[in-house]
Amino acid sequence: MRIGHQPKNFLLAVEALTVSFDGFKAVNNLSLYVEENEIRVIIGPNGAGKTTVLDLICGKTKATSGSIQFRGKELTKLKENQIVQAGVGRKFQTPSVFEDLTVFENLEISYPRGRSVFGSLTFQRDKAVKERVEEVAEMIFLKDRLDTYADQLSHGQKQWLEIGMLLIQDPDLLMLDEPVAGMSVNERTKTAELLNRIIKDRSVLVIEHDMKFVEDIAHKVTVLHQGQILSEGSMDHVKTDPKVIEVYLGH
Amino acid sequence: MFGDYSLSDLGAIFAMQGFAGLILFSVYVLMALGLAIIFGQMGVINMAHGEFMILGAYVTWMTSNVFQKYAPWLFPEYFFAAMILAFIASGALGMLVEWALIRHLYKRPLDTLLATWGLSLILQQAYRSIFGAREVGVELPAWMMGSWQATDSIQIPINGMFVMGLTVLITIAVAYVLFWSSWGKQVRAVVQNRVMAGAVGINTEKVDRYTFGLGCGIAGVAGSAFTMIGSTGPTAGQLYIVDTFLVVVFGGAASLLGTIASAFTISQTDSTLEFFMSGSMAKVITLLAIVAILMMRPQGLFALKVRK
Amino acid sequence: MIINSRFFNRSELIGFLTLALLLFVILPLSLDVFRLNLVAKYLTYAFVAIGLVMCWGYGGILSLGQGVFFGLGGYCMAMYLKLEASSVANTKIQSTPGIPDFMDWNQLTQLPFFWKPFHSLPITLAAIILVPAFFSFVIGAAMFKRRVGGVYFAIITQAIAAILTILIVGQQGYTGGINGITDLRTLHGWDIRTDHAKFILYFVEVILLFACIVAAQFIRLTKLGRILVAMREQEDRVRFSGYSVANFKIFAFCAAAVFAAIGGALFTLEVGFMSPSFVGIVPSIEMVIYTAVGGRLSIFGAVYGTLLVNFAKTALSESFPQLWLFGLGALFIGVVLAFPNGLAGIWQDYIQPRIDRLMAARKNPTFKLPDNSVANGAPAE
Repeated sequence: MRIGHQPKNFLLAVEALTVSFDGFKAVNNLSLYVEENEIRVIIGPNGAGKTTVLDLICGKTKATSGSIQFRGKELTKLKENQIVQAGVGRKFQTPSVFEDLTVFENLEISYPRGRSVFGSLTFQRDKAVKERVEEVAEMIFLKDRLDTYADQLSHGQKQWLEIGMLLIQDPDLLMLDEPVAGMSVNERTKTAELLNRIIKDRSVLVIEHDMKFVEDIAHKVTVLHQGQILSEGSMDHVKTDPKVIEVYLGH
Repeated sequence: MFGDYSLSDLGAIFAMQGFAGLILFSVYVLMALGLAIIFGQMGVINMAHGEFMILGAYVTWMTSNVFQKYAPWLFPEYFFAAMILAFIASGALGMLVEWALIRHLYKRPLDTLLATWGLSLILQQAYRSIFGAREVGVELPAWMMGSWQATDSIQIPINGMFVMGLTVLITIAVAYVLFWSSWGKQVRAVVQNRVMAGAVGINTEKVDRYTFGLGCGIAGVAGSAFTMIGSTGPTAGQLYIVDTFLVVVFGGAASLLGTIASAFTISQTDSTLEFFMSGSMAKVITLLAIVAILMMRPQGLFALKVRK
Repeated sequence: MIINSRFFNRSELIGFLTLALLLFVILPLSLDVFRLNLVAKYLTYAFVAIGLVMCWGYGGILSLGQGVFFGLGGYCMAMYLKLEASSVANTKIQSTPGIPDFMDWNQLTQLPFFWKPFHSLPITLAAIILVPAFFSFVIGAAMFKRRVGGVYFAIITQAIAAILTILIVGQQGYTGGINGITDLRTLHGWDIRTDHAKFILYFVEVILLFACIVAAQFIRLTKLGRILVAMREQEDRVRFSGYSVANFKIFAFCAAAVFAAIGGALFTLEVGFMSPSFVGIVPSIEMVIYTAVGGRLSIFGAVYGTLLVNFAKTALSESFPQLWLFGLGALFIGVVLAFPNGLAGIWQDYIQPRIDRLMAARKNPTFKLPDNSVANGAPAE
């Protein structure tokens, strides 16, 4: 294993991460390394701790022990907003967009400028902001809906909007929790196309159940089981790993 | 402030004030128990809880008058009848309120707060119109008066011990109902997942109504106990609502044990401090301490770390 | 910037102009000084209500302790006025001349240290803003940094209102106790009790009120305003968009506190005294109902709601004192159950569409109905 030496090219280095809820170890002594521009997919049965791992990285849940290094910064000591500012973006499983705001305003809030209280008081909607918002809106297929309130959007459109909100943050590490869940076939194809476009120039950590989708995008797959890594490697390697087959088919 | 007293004096003072605080403790526990059921189980903020308590107090007062007038030979036992009637009256009013008001607001907890505050104003004015603005006092039967001389310097009031005993019984009953009876399981099922509970055949509306009624009914019993430490007036309940909410929040909203422990801490602190300084300063210090602790530990004394 | 970002939309502009006409022209011309002073008293609560629109309506933070900040502002002003009224010449019959009368009655022989700065008008004016800002900052920081919100925040602010009231009543030597600070006479030598002074104070107050309205509207239109709305709905998404949610909540709470304090200071000037009965739980929650009646999302609605509830209160409690509490209680319940967006919501949902249709029909029979859903920054729910 890689533990022991730490080459510089890891964007994210998770080491010996553990979190317990009332004694139940949802994530147990987990180590995970993601390289620059790598697309990593995490799969595993329900309750394996996949979402919890993302929660830990983005600071939503505090780790009991272990470390998460992102570009040399220790994330376990930072607050959620500081982690975002360090360059980690997170999309939740259920679409979370601001329904009382328009698509434009949703994207504008995610624009990485004026994030302090006084910065946001003096924030100006200038040309750079408008252009960037329009550019992202076009990518997420919502260019002609900029003035629509987000509560008018369909489920799939909300998912895209949230992806767009992450995109405008321009994070170095993008974490997506089941980005195509609940989408129609047509929306799914468009989302795959969208994701393929936005994953350039950044690392991505995806949780997904759709195996075809996983095969399409993954550079490397990590299989979680009961809070620990069961197997890791290319899709072909993982698929033929007897331990994985045992977990997925043995029960 | 302790300097003027010898150690044994201090011991006696703490013990006496402790027992004097028993009724306050019982009122807090009963009030908070009702509130904890309504708030902890249903997520409803009932600002009219104090008025439900006062309804119980008025019922107790009326019962004592009726017994005195028509059945003086039964007067010594009137208190038992009064408590049952207080429970029924407050509980019935609670169910009515749940049907008319609360059930429309389950998704808007902050709005239940405003609406029930409006309800409390209406109830206060109703009491004023019906019973008059003057405060009324209840006469205790002879056997409840006086106190028991435990040692030379420690006296324990009998009514305090009586109310205390009752509180213990009611608490056990509530714990049984909520945690071990099948009805309690239904309540918790509804709290955790209303849609699913409905889908497995629980009548969620009925569960809501009875839960709210139970909480209010217990407040009525608290009102019976209250008649022993204070005089009953239209606005007397309002004075207790903030304290009671603090008891519930301080204890950790979903924890019965926490509610009791925090009621005990708060009533005893208040009662003990009152001996050494003016009542208002005792209250200020007690409340400030609670608020300060809550700021440091917002989840209350007893709360589990749960996965969100 | 105000011009190019459309500071008021059409319906807000109408609201603004109507209110200006009402407060600057119609009321001063039609009411005698006594009634005008009554309006001035009501309007001091409108400052609190505007603050609550920001904090509760937009930010979703319900504070049941705004009376605390109203009271702090009011007491700061009252302390200054009281010291001016308690000059050695005015109080030579006291056993200690030169200190406020209630201190003398409570056997105090010298001015407590925290009263001393209030000899100075500039310090007093600064204190009216800074003292509530400081307290709201401390409370807000302690609570919001630990993610206490919603119901818990409401209960704790209510407890703070209770604590401050008990403290003021209990420490009568320092605070004037239950009667409050009374017998206030002059502001920097200018007698505030004359009709002329009341007339001028009314206009000072209305100008300040409009300043607060413009300030609130300004905040609402900046990105900060949109973040408040966003936070009310999806706190986590705001957090994971890189914002410190706690800081924004603290800002909204502090702004509301400062607005309330300005109202409180003006109250002392208009009414001529300050007492704990404007600090506690009951007045604090009444201030919330002004906002709720006016519409928790509407700045102008807050002003109209305050005026309406107070006029109703005065009219009802003068003629049917019994009915007032029934009426107020029913108002609470009715607004919450039937009209969660208050008067502004009724206007927006029922009245304005009719006016629009009427206007459109008159101007041009084929005119398309304009979209009114953005009238108050949020779509009708």
